[in-house]
Amino acid sequence: MKIAVPIKLVPDLVEELSIDAGGTSLDYAWMRLKLNELDDHAVEEGLLLKERYGGEVAVIALNDECIDEVLFTASAKGIDRLVKVSGDPPRDINNHSLMQLFVPVLQELQPDLVITGVQAHNDLDGPIGPLLAEGLGYSYVGYVSGIAVEDGSVTVKKEFPGGLIAEMCVKLPAVLGIQAAEHPPRYIAYSKIRQAMKTALIEDCPAAAIQPTPGAVIERMFQPTAGATAEMIEGSPEIVADQLVKLFKELGIF
Amino acid sequence: MATMDVYVVVEHVRGQIAEISYMLLAAGRQLTEKTGGSLAAVVLSSHSQEMAEGLGADRVLCCDHPSLVDFNPEIFQQILTGVIQARQPRLVLFGDTSTGADLAGSLSMRLGCPLISSCRKLTAQDGKVTFTSQICGGKIMVEGQVPEPVALVAMIPGEYKAEAGQSDTIPAVEWLPFPDVSGLRTGVMGYIEPEAGDVDISKEEIVVSVGRGIQNQDNMELAQDLADALGGVLAASRPIIDQGWLPTSRLVGKSGKKVRPKLYLALGISGAPEHVEAVGDSEVVIAVNTDPEAPIFSVARYGTTVDLLDLAPVLAEKIHLAKSS
Repeated sequence: MKIAVPIKLVPDLVEELSIDAGGTSLDYAWMRLKLNELDDHAVEEGLLLKERYGGEVAVIALNDECIDEVLFTASAKGIDRLVKVSGDPPRDINNHSLMQLFVPVLQELQPDLVITGVQAHNDLDGPIGPLLAEGLGYSYVGYVSGIAVEDGSVTVKKEFPGGLIAEMCVKLPAVLGIQAAEHPPRYIAYSKIRQAMKTALIEDCPAAAIQPTPGAVIERMFQPTAGATAEMIEGSPEIVADQLVKLFKELGIF
Repeated sequence: MATMDVYVVVEHVRGQIAEISYMLLAAGRQLTEKTGGSLAAVVLSSHSQEMAEGLGADRVLCCDHPSLVDFNPEIFQQILTGVIQARQPRLVLFGDTSTGADLAGSLSMRLGCPLISSCRKLTAQDGKVTFTSQICGGKIMVEGQVPEPVALVAMIPGEYKAEAGQSDTIPAVEWLPFPDVSGLRTGVMGYIEPEAGDVDISKEEIVVSVGRGIQNQDNMELAQDLADALGGVLAASRPIIDQGWLPTSRLVGKSGKKVRPKLYLALGISGAPEHVEAVGDSEVVIAVNTDPEAPIFSVARYGTTVDLLDLAPVLAEKIHLAKSS
């Protein structure tokens, strides 16, 4: 079975985010990007499926100064093919445009199954999965947290609110949006990543032209006022603990 | 020609309408009161007329068929594509959920309509509709115009009350034809019930909940000790559950349980919208997070930026002392 995992980089929320001078975009100049967490789960699910059923897994990403290390990390984990869409795409590219870059590469690869993170924290025009499915003419199911492959189809566990899970049958080829891999993404030692840097091959693929899409016009981007409602308790852990104990008593907790 | 009508795609699982649908109707009602458009609920179900009762809409577009008992994205897409193409509403509202997000993205491609997701608020003024979305784990707000003539919007909870989308009057029903759906590629085979677990966190009075700030599994003991000292239960946000450090039955959030305790003590939880929507009914939220910009402080009544790893053992000890004296 051929599996493709399109991935994207997102701002690292551990870092301080800032808005650019125009006030309508994040300031990406010095921003550290990291692999979208749910795409990391999609990579892991791809590896688990390969280990269970055999086949080949390709990871596809857009060019970015940070992307080679992400791809080599995937290789060190066991990913077979690393595909980089070349060019200089904007770091705030929306998913409708990203889809247009990924679809030609996927059409070339002809995967049976495309798996990707069900969402990214900076999605403003919906998740990429359904867009890829429509672009490829494949079926789509999102919020998936388990996949079993059977003759020409997959049985997936789709999550609903409250912890309810639907078991769905999806004929291949299909695109699945991964909510969580069956196991947490595996850890890989940096020495193995360094080794992959020396041995693994990144295939460059030219970027297709992006047609304009009817997206939202952003007029203002801003950071909400932090702690707008919280009364902050300052001081050492001892002082804060004393205040909290006093508070718990006032609230009738004990 | 596009209208100023707002359509709400009603979400249901096993015969129950999801709360988000009522919130969407509340948002739609505020808009149509400003724009003069009509508010319609779209119910695709095996019992759509029964579901139409109680919906706070001017009319309900119902499609009734045994195949619609479960959410099958293919069938829903096919029906909605026809409805939106033929009727050209100004806005179609979906929940930004495991149902709505699957649908809205596909429809955006099929119809060539813009899609705005993570939308928290919609306002109308001078014939223009403005959206406010919340991205980057709640750390960034985005405002802009909703493009004309037809746009799809996937909304998150937080701004609108479900009660405002309910009604005692039975709205007028208009029937939609069920299309030919031969050659389906997807189907629902059954359901797996949520894990019962040893406790039902949705019924507990004191919930101590941990997030990524707990750092590693060994530190979970600190949080458990604190929960024990308070006489509460330990719960967690999604990353902790995905690591396998607590069972799924302890998940607080969009895909887990909603909680409404007397005290919700959030340890190292940033406050992403998917988590916050499940703790809003708590009597008191206290947040502990070293990041002063963490969105959790916008929903907490009290907060501190002391490191939870330093605070938890001291606090547990002081609680024991206070209880014994």
